[in-house]
Amino acid sequence: MIEVNHISHSFEGKQVLFDISSRFEKGQTNLIIGASGTGKSVLLKCIVGLLQPDEGYVTYDGRDFTSGDRNLKIDIRREIGMLFQGGALFDSKNVEENVMFPLNILTKMPLDEKLDRVNFCLQRVDLENVNKKMPSELSGGMKKRVGIARAIVNNSQYLFCDEPNSGLDPQTSITIDNLIKEITIEFDITTVVVTHDMNSVMEIGDYIAFMFEGRLLWEGSNDQIIDCNVQELENFIFANKLMRTMRNMKS
Amino acid sequence: MESIGKFLIFMGRMFIRMESFGTYFKLTVDESIKVGYNSILIFAIVSTFMGAVTTLQTAYNLISPFIPSYVISLVVRDMTILELAPTIMAIVYAGKVGSNIAGELGTMRITEQIDALEVMGINSASYLVLPKIIASLIMYPLLVILAGYLSLLGGYMTAVLTGVMTGYDYIYGIRYDFVEFNVKFALIKALAFAFLVAAISSYKGYFTKGGALEVGQSSTSAVTNSCIAILTADYLLAKLLL
Repeated sequence: MIEVNHISHSFEGKQVLFDISSRFEKGQTNLIIGASGTGKSVLLKCIVGLLQPDEGYVTYDGRDFTSGDRNLKIDIRREIGMLFQGGALFDSKNVEENVMFPLNILTKMPLDEKLDRVNFCLQRVDLENVNKKMPSELSGGMKKRVGIARAIVNNSQYLFCDEPNSGLDPQTSITIDNLIKEITIEFDITTVVVTHDMNSVMEIGDYIAFMFEGRLLWEGSNDQIIDCNVQELENFIFANKLMRTMRNMKS
Repeated sequence: MESIGKFLIFMGRMFIRMESFGTYFKLTVDESIKVGYNSILIFAIVSTFMGAVTTLQTAYNLISPFIPSYVISLVVRDMTILELAPTIMAIVYAGKVGSNIAGELGTMRITEQIDALEVMGINSASYLVLPKIIASLIMYPLLVILAGYLSLLGGYMTAVLTGVMTGYDYIYGIRYDFVEFNVKFALIKALAFAFLVAAISSYKGYFTKGGALEVGQSSTSAVTNSCIAILTADYLLAKLLL
C-alpha cells in the first residue's frame, strides 16, 4: 500500500500541487485522472521520488520514502517498476537487454536464470520472438509491452504507469489496460496509473483519484464515478460525445 | 557562478551510490570505442593535413639562405607537439565527441530514459557520465599521440614530395634540440582537455529540458563551452608549466 500525505509542490514559485493526500491499496489498479496540466504526472513523480515535494511525504507499506534515509530510499526504489509515457526503452539496447537491464544492475543472478526470467516476462506481456529487436523496430504498443516487462522483471512490488495509452489505438489501449490489471492481480502488487483515458477509467479503475488544477477533488471507484456530483469531474467524464450519449440513454 | 556550482555538484554526484566495478569496466570499454576508436579516422585526416600545411607554410615563410632548411621541420615539430596535436585536435574532439555526448544524454533526458534509471535506484549521473569521462581520459591522450605522429608524417611526405627540403633534413630538424618535457606537457594538456570536453558536454546534455530543439541547443552549447574551456585551460597551463 502506498500512502500520499499532504503533498504540495511548486515550480519556481508557481504551486502545482496543493495538499494532496490519498491511499493506493495493494492488489488493485489505482488511477489518477484529470485533464492535461492538472498535475497528475507531477504527483506521480513526487510519489516515485523523481521530484522532491515541498511539503508532505509518501510511505510505501509504512516506510517513509520522502524523508527516509538514503539506503531505505534505494531499497524502495528497487521494488518499483515504472512504465513511462514513451516506454523509455534504452535506444542502444535490444529488447532482451532492455528487459534484462534491472536484473543486471540490481541482482547477481546467473545469466541463464536472467534469460529465463526475461523470456517469462516477455511471454507474460504477449511478446515472443522479439528478443533481438531494437526499440526503433517496435510499434508503440510493443514498446509499452516491453516497458511493462522491464517494470515487472525484478519482481516489483509497486508498478507505476504514466499515460500507458498515449499514442495507441483504442484496441491496443484496451489490451494494455487489461494487461496492467491482470499483472496487478496475478502478482498482487500496488499499481498506480496516471491517465486521462475514460476507457481505462471504466475498464480497470478499482480506485480513482480525480485531480483538478493541482487539487484532489474526488475519490471513488469506476462504479461510483458516473453518479458523482462534482461539476469539474462531470465535465471531464462527459467531454466526449459517446459518454454524453451514454448518460442520456441512462437517464 | 550558479552554473559552476551546479556543475561541481553534478561532478560530485558521480561518486555517490556507485555501481559495481564490473559495470563501470564494461561501460568504459564501450565508451572508449565510441570516443576513441570511432574518432581515429577524423583525427588521422585532420592531423595529416595539418602537418602537411604547416610544413608548406613554414617553408614559404623561411626562404632565406641564412636559415638552414631543417628549421622548417623543427618549427613543425614544436608547433605540433605544443599546440596542434593537443589543442587544435581538442577543438575537433569537442566537435565530434562533445556534441555526440550532449546529444545522447539530452535525448535520454527528454525521452525519460534517465528518469527510468533513477526510478530503478541507479545513480544516473554516475552510471552514464563517469564511464564517458574515464574513457575520454584514456583515449584522448592516445589520439593526441596518434595526431602528433601523423602530423609529423604528413609534414615529411609534403616536404619530400614537393621538394621543399630533403627527407634527411626533415628528420634532422625533428630530432634537433628536442625537449622531452614538451611531450609531457602535451599529454598533461590532453588529459585536461579530455576531462573538460567530456564533463562539460555531459553536464549540458544531462540537464537538457524540453524537446528536439533543446537537444540541438545543448549540443551546440556543449561544443561552444568546451572550446572556450579548452582555450582558457590552454593559456593557464602554458602560463603555469612553461
